[in-house]
Amino acid sequence: MSATLLGGALLVAQLMLVLAMALAGWRLFQGPRAQDRVLAFDALYLDALLLVLTFNVGSASTLYFEVALVMAVFGFVSTVALSKFLLRGEVIE
Amino acid sequence: MSAAELPLWAAIVMSLLVLIGAGLALAGSIGLLRLRTFYERVHAPTLAGTLGVTCILVASMLHGSLVEGRPVAREIVLGVFLFLSTPIALLLLVRAALYRDHVAGDRSVPAADTGRPDDDPSGSAKRARDASHAAPDQTQ
Repeated sequence: MSATLLGGALLVAQLMLVLAMALAGWRLFQGPRAQDRVLAFDALYLDALLLVLTFNVGSASTLYFEVALVMAVFGFVSTVALSKFLLRGEVIE
Repeated sequence: MSAAELPLWAAIVMSLLVLIGAGLALAGSIGLLRLRTFYERVHAPTLAGTLGVTCILVASMLHGSLVEGRPVAREIVLGVFLFLSTPIALLLLVRAALYRDHVAGDRSVPAADTGRPDDDPSGSAKRARDASHAAPDQTQ
């Protein structure tokens, strides 16, 4: 009973997160300007991180949590690097 | 203890938390797609970045604690990191967007404080000159 409930809720949540990723991907595709694409990329990364975390809720291993941790670091670094590029035209001065 | 042996109250609480978190992420992405200007759109994904992350992390902590039979708090590390990194990244992005809008000639946004010496001295005079003949178009 509880496994069915949690499994169904996790499936629905994962589908919602995939839809959220698709919407962010549409904004990434559409633009119109570079900062919109960077923002959409950041949102896409965050939604993917939440998707991995929902996998973590359903499993007994801690592997998904470590994946989410690495994704958080990479998402932050990539957004900062892209913002820096938009601001200055170069990443490392 | 596998997922089949979780108590019913825990399953209900975790299901609600995960659904609320995913719903907030979906709402943030819908806002990202539907809002009109970039400066409105910046707000939308932070919905997923704050409350959405919190809900799913609390569900993950609850599940980990019940499965491992001891209090698990490693998710707090991820929460603290995301809460610190999201404002920094978005602040840098908005600063870059302000700078780009200013360079592109959009006078409906304030000038960004980029720390560049060549931006500042003529800034106020330029703004005063442009205000006399530029049509204020807030919907750009």
